[in-house]
Amino acid sequence: MIRTEELLLNVGPQHPSTHGVFRIVVKLDGEVITEATPVMGYLHRGTEKLAEQLNYTQIIPYTDRMDYVSAMTNNYVLVHAVETMMGLEIPERAEFMRLIVMELQRVASHLVWWGTYLLDIGAMSPFLYAFRDREIIINLFNELCGARLTYNYMRVGGVKWDAPPGWLDKVREFIPYMYGKLREYDKLVSGNEIFLARIKGIGRYDAATAIDYGLSGANLRCTGIDWDLRKTEPYSLYNRFEFDVPLGRNGDCYDRYVIRLEEIKQSLRILEQALEQMPAGGETMGKVPRVIRPPAGEAYVRIESPRGEIGCHIVSKGKAEPYRLKFRRPSFVNLQILPKLLVGETMTNLITILGGVDIVVGEVDC
Amino acid sequence: MSEEKDEGQKPEAPADPEREAKLKAAAEARAARAAAKEAANAAGGAAPEAAADPEREAKLKAAAEARAARAAAKEAANPAGGAAPEAAEPPPPPEPSPKQPELDAVALLIRSLVHVEALEDAYVNEMSQHMPTIIVKNEHWLRTAELLKQHEELHFTYLRNVSGVDYETHLEAVYHLVHLESRRELAVKVKADRSDPVIASATPVWATANWNEREIYDLLGVTFPGHPDLRRIMMSDDWVGHPLRKDYEPLDSEV
Repeated sequence: MIRTEELLLNVGPQHPSTHGVFRIVVKLDGEVITEATPVMGYLHRGTEKLAEQLNYTQIIPYTDRMDYVSAMTNNYVLVHAVETMMGLEIPERAEFMRLIVMELQRVASHLVWWGTYLLDIGAMSPFLYAFRDREIIINLFNELCGARLTYNYMRVGGVKWDAPPGWLDKVREFIPYMYGKLREYDKLVSGNEIFLARIKGIGRYDAATAIDYGLSGANLRCTGIDWDLRKTEPYSLYNRFEFDVPLGRNGDCYDRYVIRLEEIKQSLRILEQALEQMPAGGETMGKVPRVIRPPAGEAYVRIESPRGEIGCHIVSKGKAEPYRLKFRRPSFVNLQILPKLLVGETMTNLITILGGVDIVVGEVDC
Repeated sequence: MSEEKDEGQKPEAPADPEREAKLKAAAEARAARAAAKEAANAAGGAAPEAAADPEREAKLKAAAEARAARAAAKEAANPAGGAAPEAAEPPPPPEPSPKQPELDAVALLIRSLVHVEALEDAYVNEMSQHMPTIIVKNEHWLRTAELLKQHEELHFTYLRNVSGVDYETHLEAVYHLVHLESRRELAVKVKADRSDPVIASATPVWATANWNEREIYDLLGVTFPGHPDLRRIMMSDDWVGHPLRKDYEPLDSEV
């Protein structure tokens, strides 16, 4: 038996595979982790505090900067919460536009995850493929609202701009293209033996643990729990479309990988149907009071972001600014299970497991 | 942007006595808008008019000359808007929320199994998509939490969110629970004294509460006895004060 000494190793905050400024302090016995302590807050900007001095329209750009890989869904959760409180009606055209950009965003977000996850594990080229294809979506968004990442596209009552001429056709063209690329991804990576050896059976947990830790998104569904807010608590127009919720069985990194790739496919299915059912024209802004003042009271509203359940808890005193605004960020909640998962794993698996959780540090810290 | 400017110009217009004719036209336009607003309210169900009314009243006091014109405008608006409040009133009859029985069942179980007076209040928050909400007395919180999770009829196994709110009179933690199979929901509020805020930690019951409670401890200064690792999470360890408190004064107000 070789005698080993405990080693304290600091991973991050400037570590490429933490995808932002996130730090984990691990205690190592040889190569095996005996304790892991996540340290965060490096990206804490006090969004919730700042929001208390801003009116609701002014808060929308701040939501872009929480989960900057999925800004559209963040936009939506805020405006949806305010609309729920005020009982506003949204024109159909606007709601369709929102749904389309949200699903495009889900595809783009999962592509970022897919590319960077494989990069973490050691495969360089998938990252380039993923970003090539994501670029098409980013360009579409750029054309729609003039920004590549921080869109500030949605408003309480609708969306800021209708689709420019020809834009919807470009989305329509993108769908078959992306289906083809997904097949290519599968051929390139999904069956690769080295890759499978790295992720199969790694970072496993069961359904009860996932529920106890309040996981959501692919992190919850990989254990076989059918919980996708688009289905279970339908918001927007999701109950009009047919799509499946991919589920895993083993609760390991491989299941999460398969689920996310399958979710891209399902998003494309939703997009196809949405483009077909979309009204040809119409208003993109509903009837909204000049100054948005949700009546006094509170509401908790949640939607399914690519990373899981993103929630918005607004406490209003009937003023133009929220009295308290709290975001339930999926990355923050999902990350809690990390210290538990890492104990007994090797250092190389740390990267695999952390990547598999799919965090965006802007959202962890908020 | 332009909307805000419009808001700013409003009070100036009545102060100008020479433009009565214009004023009248403006008042009429405003009346039409008010009528449209009320019609929209009747359709939407919500009532932002409550917020708009005091403002209108304040302006009425300030602009004595415009009063007559405004009153006339109001009268003109009333026949149109008069129908709206009546139309808005009928909805209350289906008053008992569909979630009321759910809430009653939860409240009954807590009152009979934890303590008769464990609940301060129980109501359905209609604004939050009819969320059944209970306010649990601080000293009964931990036992209530255990019951909520373990009792076979309740079985709220999934804690989706914990929010902390500073109400200036007291601090509050809101736990949002879900029963995954039936999709039943419950919001549980626990109040704490502002000078010495203490709420029993729910982390032993739901692991999710761990970081959420750390965040509330960090930003609002609520201590959670029973928490396994109560440290600051967002701010640095040597930070002074709790930023989300309403009376928190930042060192540099420019930042």
